[in-house]
Amino acid sequence: MSTADTQTGIRRTPGLVPVAETMRTTERHPPEEISAPVPPARRTWAFWRLLGSELGLTFRRPRNLALLAVLALVPIVLGIGLWIAAGSGGDDEMSGLIQDVAGNSLMLTFLSFSFLVLLLMPVVVSVVAGDSIAGEAGTGTLRYLLAAPAGRTRLLAVKYLNAVVFAYAATAVVALSALLTGLILFPGGSVTLLSGTTVSMADGLLRILVTVGYVGAGMAALAAVAVALSTFTEVSIGAIAGTMVFIIVCQVLRAIPDLAPIAPYLLPTWFTNFDAVLRSPIDTAALRDGLLAFGAYIMLFGSIAWARFSGKDITS
Amino acid sequence: MTAITLEAGAPFGAAPPSGDAIVTHGLTKRFRGGQIAVDALDLAVPRGSVFGFLGPNGSGKTTTIRMLLGLVAPTAGTYSVLGLSAAHALPLVGALVEGPAFYPYLSGAANLMRFDAADPTAERATAKRRVADALERVGLSAAAGKRYRNYSLGMRQRLAIAAALLGPRELLILDEPTNGLDPQGTREVRTLVKEIAADGTTVFVSSHLLAEIEQMCTHAAIMRTGRLVAQGTIASLSSGRVALVKVETPDVADAARTLGTLGLADVRPGNGAVTAELGGHAPEKINAALVGDGVAVRGLAVVRPSLEDVFVGLTGEGFDVDG
Repeated sequence: MSTADTQTGIRRTPGLVPVAETMRTTERHPPEEISAPVPPARRTWAFWRLLGSELGLTFRRPRNLALLAVLALVPIVLGIGLWIAAGSGGDDEMSGLIQDVAGNSLMLTFLSFSFLVLLLMPVVVSVVAGDSIAGEAGTGTLRYLLAAPAGRTRLLAVKYLNAVVFAYAATAVVALSALLTGLILFPGGSVTLLSGTTVSMADGLLRILVTVGYVGAGMAALAAVAVALSTFTEVSIGAIAGTMVFIIVCQVLRAIPDLAPIAPYLLPTWFTNFDAVLRSPIDTAALRDGLLAFGAYIMLFGSIAWARFSGKDITS
Repeated sequence: MTAITLEAGAPFGAAPPSGDAIVTHGLTKRFRGGQIAVDALDLAVPRGSVFGFLGPNGSGKTTTIRMLLGLVAPTAGTYSVLGLSAAHALPLVGALVEGPAFYPYLSGAANLMRFDAADPTAERATAKRRVADALERVGLSAAAGKRYRNYSLGMRQRLAIAAALLGPRELLILDEPTNGLDPQGTREVRTLVKEIAADGTTVFVSSHLLAEIEQMCTHAAIMRTGRLVAQGTIASLSSGRVALVKVETPDVADAARTLGTLGLADVRPGNGAVTAELGGHAPEKINAALVGDGVAVRGLAVVRPSLEDVFVGLTGEGFDVDG
C-alpha cells in the first residue's frame, strides 16, 4: 500500500506527471464527479427509468400479450353466446341473466367481471407477478441487476408496481372488450340495476369505472401474494403455481358452509364485492371493506416479500 | 484503510484515491448446509493492479466475488470495495459473475439498455452512446440488433464483458472471463484486459487457468478449499521457489562433481541430466567450468519456477481440479 500511496502522490501533483505515464482514472474524472452522492431528483428519475424498462419488458413480451388477448376474448365469446341465446329463445324462456344483459349493453361488463374475477384474471396476474423476482433469478439476470446496482428495495418496489400496472391493464382490457362487445350487440340507453332502479348511461359508465378501480385493487392485492412467493424461489412456475393453489384453496374453503367465519380473511371473498356498484345508491361500505382487505393483504405480503428479498443470498 | 465519508460537506476531493481497490478482513461465508465456502479470507487488491484470483473450481472464488458485489451476505468478517459503501462503490464496478445472463428475447443492445436502467447513477441521456461504445469495444457492433437467443457462446461472453464496461469503471471484476471462448476470443479478452488496465482501472480476474493469469496479471492470490494460500505480485509469488540449472550430458557423474565443486546446492544427478539450485551463480560460468572439466554438455538451461510449480508447492496438488 505504501508504494501505491507514493506513486499516486507523485502522479496527482499536476506539474510532476511524467509525460509517458498513463493518467489514472482518478485524474481523468474529478473525484466529485465519479463518487458524489446521486442527487435525490436524479434518483427519482432513475426509479421511473427502471420502472419504464420493466413495463417495456412486460408489455412487449409475447406471452403477456397473449394472456391479455385471452382475457379480451372471454367477454366477446360470452356476448356472442348471450346474443345467440337471446335471439333464438322466446321471451318467456329467457332467464333473468340473459334478459339483463340482452336488455342493456353495459351489463355485459359486470357479467364478464363476475365470470373472470374468480379464476382467469387471478391466473393472468399471477403469471406476471409470480415471474417478477423468480424469473430474473432463474435466468441469472437478477445478479446482474443487483450488481448494477438496482438496489433490493428499489427493485422489489419496481417489480411490484409493474405487477400492479399489469393488473390494472388486465382489468381495463376486460372492461373495454366487454363494453365494445356490449355496445355492438345490445341496445344502449339507461341501465337497470340489481335493485331495480334505472340509471342513465353516463352513470352506468361511471359505475364501470368504479368497478375497474375496485377489481384492479383486488388483483393488485393478489399480485402482492404472488410477488412474495416469487422471492422464495428461483423457478417462476413455482411461484405462479403457488399463487394458483392459494386462490383455489381459498375458493374451496369459501365453499364449505361451516367455515363461513374465516371467509372474511380469504382474499377471493372480496373480489366479487364489485357488485356493490349495481346497488342504488352504490354500497360504498362493501367497497370500503373490500379495499381495506386488499390493503391489509398488500401490507402483509409486501412486508413478507421485503423481509425475504432484502436479506436473501443471491446464488443463482 | 480509511473509510471515506460521503456526508454532505465532506471534503471528498481531498481524500486520497490511493490504497487498495478491494480489502477483506476475515471474510467468511458458511452456507446454510454448514458448508464453509470462504474461510477467513484476508485479501488486499492494490489499485491499478491486474489481480489474478486463482483456485480450482469450488475453491470459493465465485462466493467471494458474490460477497464483494453484495449478492451474498458474509457470515463473518468485513470487506471494502474502493473504500466506499456498497451503494456508492457498485456503480464504479463492472462485473462478470459466473457467466453471461441476459434476456433471450431482447437484442444485445436492448439487454445492455436494460442493465443500464438498473444503475441509479447512469444517465439516460448518454445511455445509447455508452451502449454503442461498449458493444464496439468487444466487437459486437454488427450484432447489436440481433436477439440474444441467437448469439453464439463467445458472443454471449463478449456481451457480458460489454455490460461490465457500460460506465466509467474504477474496478472490473471478471469471473472466468474466457470461459467458452475459442483461442482467438481468449486472446482478444486478454488484450482488452490489458487495455483497460492501462487506463488505470483495477482488474480483478478469477480463473482456474494458470497460464491465463500468468500472462495477464501483475498480482495474484491463490485459493484452496475456501482458504487463501498465497497472495502478492506474480514475481514475489514465484520468488519463494528457487531457479534451477539443468545440464544435459552423457557424463552425469562428472557433471555432478563439477557442479559440486562450484558450490551449487542440491545437486541431483539424473538420467542423462543433472539439476542443481542455481543460487547466485552465472549460468555461463557454470558452462565454462563444465567444458573446462571435459564434460560433454548437450544442453544447459535455467529453469525458473512457473506459477503452476508455486501452486503445486503450496497446495501439494495439481491445479486443474474440475468438479
